[in-house]
Amino acid sequence: MTLPLNIDWQQILLHLFNFAILAGGLYFLLYNPVKSFMEKREAYYQEMDKNAREHLEQAERLKTEREEQLRQVDQEMEQHRAQAAQAAEQEAQQTIAQARKKAEQLMEKARANTELEHEKMLQSARREMTDLAVTATENLLLQSESDPYDQFLGLVEGKEAREDD
Amino acid sequence: MRIGKQKVALISWLLILAALLVGVFLTGSLGGGETESVQVAMKDAVLHDVNQISLFGIKDVNPGLISAFTVTAVLLILAALLRIFVIPRFQIIPGKLQLLLEQLVGMFDGMAKRNSPWRNEALGAYLFAAASYIFVGTCFELFGFQAVTTEGNSIALPAPLSDINGAIALGCLSYLFIMSGGIAGNGIRGIGRTLKEFSLPISMSFRLFGALLSGLLVTELVYYYINLSFVLPVVVGVLFTLLHALIQRYGRTMLPALYYGEGSEPGEKKPKKIKKKRSAQAAA
Repeated sequence: MTLPLNIDWQQILLHLFNFAILAGGLYFLLYNPVKSFMEKREAYYQEMDKNAREHLEQAERLKTEREEQLRQVDQEMEQHRAQAAQAAEQEAQQTIAQARKKAEQLMEKARANTELEHEKMLQSARREMTDLAVTATENLLLQSESDPYDQFLGLVEGKEAREDD
Repeated sequence: MRIGKQKVALISWLLILAALLVGVFLTGSLGGGETESVQVAMKDAVLHDVNQISLFGIKDVNPGLISAFTVTAVLLILAALLRIFVIPRFQIIPGKLQLLLEQLVGMFDGMAKRNSPWRNEALGAYLFAAASYIFVGTCFELFGFQAVTTEGNSIALPAPLSDINGAIALGCLSYLFIMSGGIAGNGIRGIGRTLKEFSLPISMSFRLFGALLSGLLVTELVYYYINLSFVLPVVVGVLFTLLHALIQRYGRTMLPALYYGEGSEPGEKKPKKIKKKRSAQAAA
């Protein structure tokens, strides 16, 4: 059936048929394979991006964990340091106290010894004086021809002269 | 010595040109002298009612239909060659040809997605096919492939869409495709939406036909008169044809994409039922 302007339904249908073949052929031969490849590549890059993001997140997480651990270690070290300082302080004070106590004991002992020595010396001196006096008295009594006082003096001077020599 | 040689060469070239011109004018009468008048030639270019070509002896058809078959064959052969030899060797980092193919496919895929965020897979493929057909079909007339008419004359095959039947076919197919998008997206309401644009197939068909025909007519006119057949056809033929190829390809893909997007857009749900329910609840 031919219409004005040479419009022909059969030819229109032939054109449609022709274009349908072209569209289908181009879709299966060119459009779809190229698009599939592009989608695969996009998926590949998205996967890469996702992996990179995951790795980055993991690294960030690890970094945070390590920083937390370091902070904890620092805190523990600080605590240990404080405890050690406190213990050392206590120990030093104890040592000083013990040393003081020991020194006091030593001083006490030395004082006691000194007093004892002093007492001994006094006793010895007294005893010596007594001996001298007894000896002098005996000598005086034995040598009654001279004045006992002079004899005593002569005896004492004679002893001092010997000590000077 | 050297200048003398150049002078001789220049004079020889001018003599050859003059001899050719004399030959041209002596071998044919000026003003065409063809078997048909300019009126007949123009009318035939529009209607193709004189110079028809036999389609395998079955039917006499317009030359545009033969052009359409030729363009389809060329495009399919090219696509098959690309599918066999190029696409299997695609690389992640593309080469020049791969980049060109990806650009073409990506351009129409992107156009489909931009204009129709819904159901755009088929639209992208349709746009790609339509654009390839229009562009290659329009450029096809540049090659001047010859065919023999039923009357025994030799004619250059025109662009497929300069045949009104081809333009109507593509315009109506675009409209049907838009309608199919409307039906897929909104069911029967989609048909109503598409029917609102009832002038679309006519306008698309005749604008496409008119645009391509204008180029064809100007070219026919230029070639009809032998005086205009020097230098001018290069500008008129090539530039007009290339411009038409680009502009029509853009227009005939952009319009269906826009209308398809409008037609396939999911409609908003009616809030009436909710209101009724709420009023019933309030009353209760």
